[in-house]
Amino acid sequence: MEPLFHATPFTGYVYPNETVIPWSVLIVVYPYLTGLVAGAFTVSSLYHVFGMQQFKVVSKFSLLMALCLMVCVPLPLLLHLGHPERAFNAMITPHLTSAFAIFGFAAAFYVLLLMLENWFVFRPQLVQLGKTGWRPARWLFRLAALGSDDVSETAMRWDHKWIHALAVIGIPAAFGLHGYVGFVFGSLKSREWWSSDLMPPIFLFSAVISGTALVIVAYVMSCKLRKVAIDLGCIKGLAYTLWGFLILALLLEGIEFASLVYRSREGIEMIMQFVTGPLIIPFFVLQFGIGSLVPLLTLTYLVWRGVGGRALVVAVTTSAVLVLFAVLTMRYNVVIGGQEISKTGTGLLAYRPVLFGREGLVAAGSVLVVPFILLLISLRVVSPWTEEATA
Amino acid sequence: MNKNDDLPHPARRIFLRDVGLGAARVGATAGACALLASGGQSSGKQAPAAPASFPTEKYDWTKHRWAFGVDATRCIGCLRCVEACKRENGVAQDAHHFRTWVERYVYLEGEEKPRIDTQADPVNVEAAGSEARYRFANRYENAKVEKAFFVPKLCNHCTHPACVQVCPTGANYKTADGVVLIDQEYCIGCQYCVQACPYGARFFDPVKGVSEKCTWCYHRITRGLQPACVEVCPVGARVFGDRNDKDSVVSRFIRDNRVQVLKPETGNAPNVFYVGIDKEVR
Repeated sequence: MEPLFHATPFTGYVYPNETVIPWSVLIVVYPYLTGLVAGAFTVSSLYHVFGMQQFKVVSKFSLLMALCLMVCVPLPLLLHLGHPERAFNAMITPHLTSAFAIFGFAAAFYVLLLMLENWFVFRPQLVQLGKTGWRPARWLFRLAALGSDDVSETAMRWDHKWIHALAVIGIPAAFGLHGYVGFVFGSLKSREWWSSDLMPPIFLFSAVISGTALVIVAYVMSCKLRKVAIDLGCIKGLAYTLWGFLILALLLEGIEFASLVYRSREGIEMIMQFVTGPLIIPFFVLQFGIGSLVPLLTLTYLVWRGVGGRALVVAVTTSAVLVLFAVLTMRYNVVIGGQEISKTGTGLLAYRPVLFGREGLVAAGSVLVVPFILLLISLRVVSPWTEEATA
Repeated sequence: MNKNDDLPHPARRIFLRDVGLGAARVGATAGACALLASGGQSSGKQAPAAPASFPTEKYDWTKHRWAFGVDATRCIGCLRCVEACKRENGVAQDAHHFRTWVERYVYLEGEEKPRIDTQADPVNVEAAGSEARYRFANRYENAKVEKAFFVPKLCNHCTHPACVQVCPTGANYKTADGVVLIDQEYCIGCQYCVQACPYGARFFDPVKGVSEKCTWCYHRITRGLQPACVEVCPVGARVFGDRNDKDSVVSRFIRDNRVQVLKPETGNAPNVFYVGIDKEVR
C-alpha cells in the first residue's frame, strides 16, 4: 500500500511540519502546462493578430494545441487536492484575497475563449464533415458545428473578424493567466526563493519560450510524419521568436537571482549553500547551461550567420528541445527548490520524487502526456494544415 | 478527544443552509451540527453575518480577544505539551505532524550559531524509542555548552494571517475572538495555506485530506477551559487568556514583560507573545 506521506530528509534545522513537502511534481507540471498554452497561443496570435505571414502555417496547429493543453491544466491541480470533489468550493464561495480563488474563473474563461476561437477556425471543416461519411458521425459534426453550416464568403469574413477579436482578447488573457501563475508563487512572503516581484514576468517569458519551442518540435515532427516539406520561413520566424524571448527570460531570471544574492537578506547563507550545493546540477548545469545557454548561443549563431536549409531545421529543433527541457527544470527548481529551503532560514530539505502514487513521477508524466493524446485525436478529426496542403 | 474544533464558519454555514445547500453538508461532526442547529434556528432569517453565540449557545465570541504567552525562560523541555496536544486533538502520532512543538537552542563553546533541534529530530526520536513518544536526547552531554534554552512553538493566530489571505475557498477564517480556524468540511486540501504560513505551524493531514493546525483548543477555551498544552505545562511556561480582561494572566504577562513576537517583518502580527528568546529564534 502507498504510504500516507513521504518524509523528506533534512540538514540543519527545519520546522517539524516542513518535512513533508506540500507541493510536489504535480505542481511542477501545472505551471509547465499553463506556460505551454500561453506560448502556443502567442505563436498563433502572431499570425491572427499581428498578421505575421510566416506563422500562417502553424497558426491553426498551435491554436488547436493550446486548447488541448489548456483543458488539461486543471488535471494536476485536481489530482493534487486533498478533496478534489470540493474543488468547486473555490468558485462557489471564492475567497477573493487568494490568488488561487481566481484560477477557476480564469481557466474557465480561457478554455471557453480557446474553444470559441478553435470553433471559428475549424467550423468550415466541421460543416464539410457534416455533409459526408457515416451518418451518425455526420450528425455529430453537425452538432459540433452548432447547426451553423453557412460557409459563404460573407460568413467566412464574419468568422475571421471573430477569430481576430478572440485572438486580440486572448493575448492579454493568456499573458494574464500565466503572469498570475507567477504571482501564486511570487506573492508568498514566507519563502525567500519565491518572494519576488519579478516572478510573474519570469514565468511569463519562460512560458512563451516553452510554448514556441513546443510548436517548433511538434511542427517539425508532424512534417516528418506527414512527409511534407518543412516551411523554412516559418522555422526561421519561430527561431527568431524563441531567440528574442529567450534573451528576455534569461535576463529577467538573471536580474532576479542577482537581486536575491545582492540584497542578501536574512537566510541568504542557507540560500547560497543551496545554490552552490544541491542546485549546481539542476540549476547551473541543466537549466542554465545545457537548457538555456546552449540554445541561446546556437540561435544567436543562426540569426547572425543567416543559416538556412536542413542545418537550420536541425539546429532550431535541437534548441527547442533543450528549451522545453530547460523550462521544465526551471519549474522544478522554482516549485520544489523553494520548498527545499526551510522557512527557518537555517536548514535545507532534500526532496526525492517518488515513482508511483498520486504525487509520483508516473502520475505527473501521465498528466503531461494526456494533452498530446488529445491533440492526436483532434488531428484525426480536423486538419490544421489545410491551407498548406492546398498551397 | 473533543471534536468541536475546526468548526465551519458560522456565517457561511447559515448562507449555505439558506440557499438549500445545507443538506449536502450533513457529514458535519455530530457536536458541531447539534450546536449550530440550535444556534442557527434563532438566527435563521438573519443576513449571513456571524451570530453572537458560537460555537456554543453560552459563548459570545464578540466578548473575547484571546492571546497566548510563552515564557521561554521557564520551559524545561519536558514535552508534556506536545503529548497533551497530540492526544487532545487526535494529531497523527508521527514525527512529521505537530500542532505544537518545542525547539531546543544550544550554543556550544566556540560556536557562533546555536544548534537547534526539536522532539521530531531523528536523534531525539531514537532516544524516545518511538515517534509517538517525546523526549530530548542528551546529545550534548560531552560538549561544553555556553547557553541553552527551549522555545515552545505553536500557531500564532496572527491578526493578519497569511494563511487566511491565501485560502481560495474561505475555509480558513478568523473568528471574532481572534482565533484562526479551518473548516475541515470545506477545505479542498490545496495546501496553499501550508506554504503561506511563515512559521511552519500548518501541515496537511493525509488521512482527512485537509489542512491542520493549532486551534488554541477552541473546543476547550469556548467552554472556559485552558488549551491542553497550557493545562499540562508543569512550569507555567505557557499562559493563555483574554486580552479584554485586563487582569487575565495573559494581559498581565504582556503588560509586565517586554514581550516580542516571531518574524514581525512578515506583517502577520502574531498573537503569541514571547519572553526570553534571542535573535536566533524565528
